[in-house]
Amino acid sequence: MSNESFFLDEEEIPFAEGQTIIQAALSAGKYIPHLCYHPEFKPHGSCKLCTVRIDSRTITTEDGQTVKIPGRAAASCTTPAQAGQHVESETDELRDLRRTLVQMLLVEGNHYCPSCEKSGKCMLQGLAYDLGVMDPHFPQYFSKREVDASHADILLDFNRCILCELCVRASAEMDKKNVFSLSGRGNTKHLICNSESGMLGDTNLAATDKAANVCPVGVILHKRHGFEVPYGQRRFDKAPISDNAVQYAPVKEQV
Amino acid sequence: MNASAPPPKRKLLVATTSLAGCFGCHMSFLDIDERILDLVELVDFDRSPITDIKHCSPNCDLGIIEGGVCNAENVHVLHEFRKNCKILIAMGACAINGGLPAQRNSLDIRDILAAVYAQPGRGVHIPNDPEIPLLLNEVHPLHEVVKIDYFLPGCPPSGDAIWKFLTDLLAGRTPTLGHGLIHYD
Repeated sequence: MSNESFFLDEEEIPFAEGQTIIQAALSAGKYIPHLCYHPEFKPHGSCKLCTVRIDSRTITTEDGQTVKIPGRAAASCTTPAQAGQHVESETDELRDLRRTLVQMLLVEGNHYCPSCEKSGKCMLQGLAYDLGVMDPHFPQYFSKREVDASHADILLDFNRCILCELCVRASAEMDKKNVFSLSGRGNTKHLICNSESGMLGDTNLAATDKAANVCPVGVILHKRHGFEVPYGQRRFDKAPISDNAVQYAPVKEQV
Repeated sequence: MNASAPPPKRKLLVATTSLAGCFGCHMSFLDIDERILDLVELVDFDRSPITDIKHCSPNCDLGIIEGGVCNAENVHVLHEFRKNCKILIAMGACAINGGLPAQRNSLDIRDILAAVYAQPGRGVHIPNDPEIPLLLNEVHPLHEVVKIDYFLPGCPPSGDAIWKFLTDLLAGRTPTLGHGLIHYD
C-alpha cells in the first residue's frame, strides 16, 4: 500500500495505486451507499447510488459572500482515487439524490417486502431504510413480470430485478457459464436466461454457482430455503446497512 | 383572567379507517398498550373502528388510513377523509404501495373473479348484488388518489413505530423512525 491519501467527508483515507474511491473507502471502513458494486467484480457504474462530489470549492465573491461551487459528480465505483482529492459523500444533497434513485427503483419493479424471502437482508431494502425512504413518492409502475420456477433448485422472480448485472457478471467472469444477460432497452430492459427455451431450468446454472448467490435483491432465490431466519434476527433487523462497511457484500446464501 | 396562563390545549381530533387492508395496522396500533392512556390525553377519536362512528366530523385534525384503494367504496371513504381531515397519514404497506392486494394488478380482474366464484364446486356466477362495492381493475396506493401528507411504512408498523410517529407529529416535529423502527415488512 502506498502512503497516498485523499479526503472523504474530511476524513483522510489511504489508498493504493489503481484503487477506486469506493474500494479505498470500504477498505478503510467508510461506507459509501451502492447497489451494483461488488468487490469481486469489475465495476459497472450503473446504479449511481455511489455517486460522490469531487473537489467542491468555496470562493469569496466581490461583495464578500462565500459561495460553494459544487465539485463534479462521479460514480465512486469507477473513479480512481487520487492523492489530495476532496470527496463528499454524506451530504444532504447526495442523500436526497440517492433517496430519489431508490424510490424510482422501488416503484419500477414490484417490491412487496412482506412476501419476499429476501426481506431483512435485501440490499435495496437496507439502503431504503438507511436513507429514510418513508414513501414511494412516484406513482407505482405495476410492471407485469413473470416468475421462472423451471430450475430444480433456483427460483427467479423477475418482479424484483434492479438490472444491476451482478448475476450477469458473476456467471460470465467467475462461473464462466454466461447463464444471464440483459436484453432490451429503456423500460423494456430485462434479465434473460441463456437457453434455447429461455427458461432457467434449461441452463447449466448450479445452486453453488456464484451467480446463484450474488443477487442483492429477491430475484435469484434458493428453493426450500425461504424465510429461514425469523423476523427480528435478520441482517438489517440487527444493524443498518451503513453500520459496517465490511459487511457490504451481499450475504452469502446458505445452500 | 390571568393573562399568563396558557389557554387549555385543545385535543386533536383523530379519525382512522381501514380500506383494502387486513386491520393488522389497527391491531398494531393497539400494541402501543398502556400508552393509549397518554394518547387520549392528547387526542379524541372521531370516525374509527375503535369508536364505531360511521362518518368523519368536518373538523378532524388527523386522518390515519390503513390499506390501499381496491374498490369504489374505498375511493368514497378516502375522499371523505381528505375532505374532513387537515392531515392524512398513509399507514402500512398497503396504503403506501398497494401491498399484498396490489399483487393482483398483473392479472385480469374478470379472470380472478371467475376463478374464485364461477368454477365448478365454487359457485355459479360472479356476485353482482348492487350492495357489493365494485372492484377497481387495479389496486392503488392512497397517494395516487388523494394528497397524502405523511407515510408510516411497515406490514404492520410496530406499536413502537406508531407511537414514535404520532408523538413526533403531535409535538410538531417531522416524524422520523430510524433504524429498528423503519420496516417494510
